[in-house]
Amino acid sequence: MEKEVILQAVQERFQKDILRVDQQFGDDFIQIKKEILLPLVNFLRKEPYEFTLLLDLTCVDYLGDEERFEMVYHLFSLKNNLRLRIKARLKESDLKIASLTAIWKNANWLEREVFDMFGVHFEGHPDLRRIFMYDGFEGHPLRKDYPLRRRQPRIPLKKG
Amino acid sequence: MTTRIQKEARRESMLLNMGPSHPAMHGTIRIMLELDGERILNSEVEIGYLHRGFEKICENRTYFNLLPYTDRLNYVSPLINNLGYVMTMEKMLGLEVPEHAQYIRVIMSELSRISDHLTCLAAMAMECGAFTVFLYKIKAREFIWDFIERTTGARMTTSYIRIGGVRANLHEGWREDLLKAIKETRLVLKDVHALLDKNKIFLNRTRDIAVVSPEMAINYGWTGPCLRSTGVYYDVRKAHPYLVYDQLDFEVPLGERGDNFDRYMVRMLEMEQSLRIIEQAMKKLPDSSPASELKTDALEPAEAIKLARQRRPEKKIKLSPNLQGMEKENYPLILSSDRRYIMPPKEDVYTTIEGLIRHFKYFMRGHGLRPPKGEVYFSVEGGNGELGYYIVSDGTDKPYRLHLRAPCFHIVSALEEMIEGHYIADVIPTFGSLNMIGGELDR
Repeated sequence: MEKEVILQAVQERFQKDILRVDQQFGDDFIQIKKEILLPLVNFLRKEPYEFTLLLDLTCVDYLGDEERFEMVYHLFSLKNNLRLRIKARLKESDLKIASLTAIWKNANWLEREVFDMFGVHFEGHPDLRRIFMYDGFEGHPLRKDYPLRRRQPRIPLKKG
Repeated sequence: MTTRIQKEARRESMLLNMGPSHPAMHGTIRIMLELDGERILNSEVEIGYLHRGFEKICENRTYFNLLPYTDRLNYVSPLINNLGYVMTMEKMLGLEVPEHAQYIRVIMSELSRISDHLTCLAAMAMECGAFTVFLYKIKAREFIWDFIERTTGARMTTSYIRIGGVRANLHEGWREDLLKAIKETRLVLKDVHALLDKNKIFLNRTRDIAVVSPEMAINYGWTGPCLRSTGVYYDVRKAHPYLVYDQLDFEVPLGERGDNFDRYMVRMLEMEQSLRIIEQAMKKLPDSSPASELKTDALEPAEAIKLARQRRPEKKIKLSPNLQGMEKENYPLILSSDRRYIMPPKEDVYTTIEGLIRHFKYFMRGHGLRPPKGEVYFSVEGGNGELGYYIVSDGTDKPYRLHLRAPCFHIVSALEEMIEGHYIADVIPTFGSLNMIGGELDR
């Protein structure tokens, strides 16, 4: 199946909730409103599109923008051999997005990583904890306002 | 800190820590097990002990400077990590790489893949008690690393593949070295097949243990040998051919059951295919490099710099042995012709003002490589699977955001489900067959 057909189908199905469909350096991406993430992903996962593999999930911090954080999802369709990037902007005041853990199991760790590094909350995640950093770590290291060489306070030794 | 497993554990079961410092944990990873006798009821994997802030560091380094950090991701196959990053940059810059350099890259990345698989299987076999296999495989890896060392100058932290090409041409006499490495590896593979394939002890710990269905593997985002062991045909080299892989003839071995043994077998067969690829790529490369003839009357660099103050020296310049293979004569073979994005040859830097200016501009903060604004994702087939880089450029000489899609991360996240219901002793070969690499997992 051609990617143009898929992109067109997506646009027809979601219409106004799709903010932009474009290409950059040969990669296709769809910019969406964050509310439609789950329906869109479910739509793409089914036949005939079959984006069955969640390749990657990450976040970018655009400090200074009104909608500061951008979630980036990379999907891959084994059947059609296509990659697709889905992007959704989040406001700092409302730092929440639907979790994909119910659909893809690897989203569990990937979302924990984004939570750890950016502080984005995933609604419906079963076990949202830090993954790389320890409990008691202050701040979220990959945010742009986190200085490179910031020192962390000492953690008291655990009793017992 | 109470972990999930501590909260969920039944009162009558036992909790056991495996790791973070455990001889069979190939890095530092902690597996907490809830046990009923020897049977695993539940488990939790905790990672992050090797977190170095790779992505944060990269945001604060220039595009050229961050290359050495990519060596430290998967330290068993650093050349593929270099390649992934460099090719992402080339996609963004639109650089063409000379064919000669592309074949060198193919050879290097296949050698790294072999060394990656050898290390993984060596450790896995050793943990099952097959110490001979471990020694044999490490011996084969030594021949491969000898070759890599002679060309790149380092065994592990190579930083050899550069934006626009490779750092240097292959060393003198590379063909004999490579043929020897291939021959030795073939012998070792044959021995290992004979030692393990029908070995009862090995089979008991691998056959039908930790079976992963294709659906589960896809659901966990698995790629690479682990995904192929479940029978799913997906190889980045075939699906999205990069370099010259579409001109080379190789097969993608698939497994049937998706158990530990299939993961072992797929890796073994993949190494044979890699050797085939290397042999084909070798035929496309000439034996000697253009700069191989002895320079008897060459000038010392200091002398040349002194002379160049008056006029351009006519004689050739003797370069430091570290720069062997990157003489000016080699440049058309190893690096792109787009002068904006490559380092100028040292001969020019020493003797001409243009070369010197280009050198400074290349390394000066705010002047070096500045790709256009935008976002790019590119992936190569790494030792463990699809190794992808996602780079956001804001037009400056540092990446605004660099994210690595580490194949290990997805694979290890399935471990909890894989070992459930098996014995403690099965954790070790299962974990070994996943080939977890701490540097890549924790970044």
